[in-house]
Amino acid sequence: MKYALKKTATMIITLFFVSVLVFFSFSLIPGNPAISKLGTEATPERIEALSHEMGLDKPVTQRFTEWIFGVIRGDFGKSYSYSQSVTSLLSDKIKTTLLLSFMAIIICTVISIPLGIFMARKSDSKLDIALSTINQIIMAVPSFFSGIILTLIFGVAFKLFTPGAYVSYKTNLLGCLGYLFFPALAIALPKISMVSKLLKDTVLKESEKEYVRTAYSRGNRTKAVFYGHVLGNALIPVITFMGMTFADIIAGSIIVEQVFSVPGLGRILLSSISGRDYPVIEAIILLLAFFVVLSNLIVDLLYHKFDPRIHV
Amino acid sequence: MDRTKKLKFIIGLSITGLIALMTIIGIVKTPYDPCAMDGAAKLAGISLKHPFGCDQFGRDILSRVLVGVRETMLISACVVFIGVFFGTVLGTITGYFGGWLDEILMRLNDAVLAFPSVLLALVVIGLYGSGRYQLIAALGIAFVPSFARIVRGEVLKIRNLDYIQAVRLYGASHLRIIVVHILPNLKTVLLSSIIIGFNNAVLAEAGMSYLGMGVAPPAPSLGRMLSEAQAYIFSNPLTAIFPGIVIVIMILGFSLLGDTVKKN
Repeated sequence: MKYALKKTATMIITLFFVSVLVFFSFSLIPGNPAISKLGTEATPERIEALSHEMGLDKPVTQRFTEWIFGVIRGDFGKSYSYSQSVTSLLSDKIKTTLLLSFMAIIICTVISIPLGIFMARKSDSKLDIALSTINQIIMAVPSFFSGIILTLIFGVAFKLFTPGAYVSYKTNLLGCLGYLFFPALAIALPKISMVSKLLKDTVLKESEKEYVRTAYSRGNRTKAVFYGHVLGNALIPVITFMGMTFADIIAGSIIVEQVFSVPGLGRILLSSISGRDYPVIEAIILLLAFFVVLSNLIVDLLYHKFDPRIHV
Repeated sequence: MDRTKKLKFIIGLSITGLIALMTIIGIVKTPYDPCAMDGAAKLAGISLKHPFGCDQFGRDILSRVLVGVRETMLISACVVFIGVFFGTVLGTITGYFGGWLDEILMRLNDAVLAFPSVLLALVVIGLYGSGRYQLIAALGIAFVPSFARIVRGEVLKIRNLDYIQAVRLYGASHLRIIVVHILPNLKTVLLSSIIIGFNNAVLAEAGMSYLGMGVAPPAPSLGRMLSEAQAYIFSNPLTAIFPGIVIVIMILGFSLLGDTVKKN
């Protein structure tokens, strides 16, 4: 419990530093957002009025404290290019991106763990060699290209889904999950090969240890040794790796959303970058940072539970 | 086990050689001007004249792929160089001297390392705009922490070896110890992490240019070719397949080579 508290405190401090860094780096960019919004031909009075309305005439430190207290209450300020608050702009998109990421994580776990176990048990057979070769190739396929291939195979050839016809989770949850399956698979594919390869390697390494020989010599059957002794220990490095993968999956969803035209955080992040909509960019970065840090925290806690000797 | 490793090494080396060849062809001379449009050859299929076909403006895809490989490789080389250079400087200083500086820099390093490189690069591009040099800077910054961490770990190990203690007793300065006695011993670690770095840099560059945050059009880049080809995926899927396969082959070559070098 003390461990969990300490970890949570570290997480909050990290997030605070990220928000300081994000806010000040975007405040230091030369150029007045009010001018870029009104155009260079606007009169000085109008620019001044808009600067005042956007709160740009206040000192940076005051703006920061106002912003950070707003963020704590869930208010990220107002978007420059859309005339609405960032929170209402993003609330749907966060859910879409999280749904996509969770689906990718679930697909990855459900396929990679059994696959890794299977490959370890059939190690050095022809099947294992074939699977390992396929794994090596899949690892090299970036998610946006596997997304395009999946679209070609399942969207164009088999017509299992219509590319670009995203349904919101609000109107049709099942349809939405059906559409998100292929993007989630595209994100998960390279992770599946990495995790199953790692699991296979750790299982094989673990099987050579002395406690396994002891377990056999006590008369245990192969299956009992494998599931009762080897697997638990072999999973520890795999869990750490999967924790690091969560962050990658969230980042991967930014790219894959673009492939499948899913209206999530990634799409609006890209359009805000080209539109220089700083409040939206700041909010998205902070949200993504929050998810990344949170997933790291969960992994650390799980890791601690699996092996109480570890204090990361 | 040894045979598969040898096989991996040979395949990885040949692919890397092929990529180097493509880069050189991309620098010296491509069959067509990669930006020259030919109205008669719009979305042309595979033929002897255009072995990979043509895109929606009638530009030769083979030439564009070759120049795209050159761009990706040059950008990746710059990114890896930035990562290795600053990573080595940071890692050596923190690993060798330790103390509070090490504590602060490594906490910062870990925080940056926790974020995926594409995300970090997007933040930097959000600040400074998109383009070739911004992309190099953005990815370069994102690549420093991983190299710093690897170098620091290695320096920590070497620092406590007997021969370093002996040199110190001779009265060698810190600078001499670092430059003459520690840095040469980082070669093997750096070699494998440079190859893996290339693997990641190619992946990140392709991803960023797919998102439209890389080299500005009409200059060709592999990622952008993919995203442009997506509009014609129903009628002409080949325009997407060739640049995609080239990206896969590049990453495969580096990952195979990296695997074998790491274990040796």
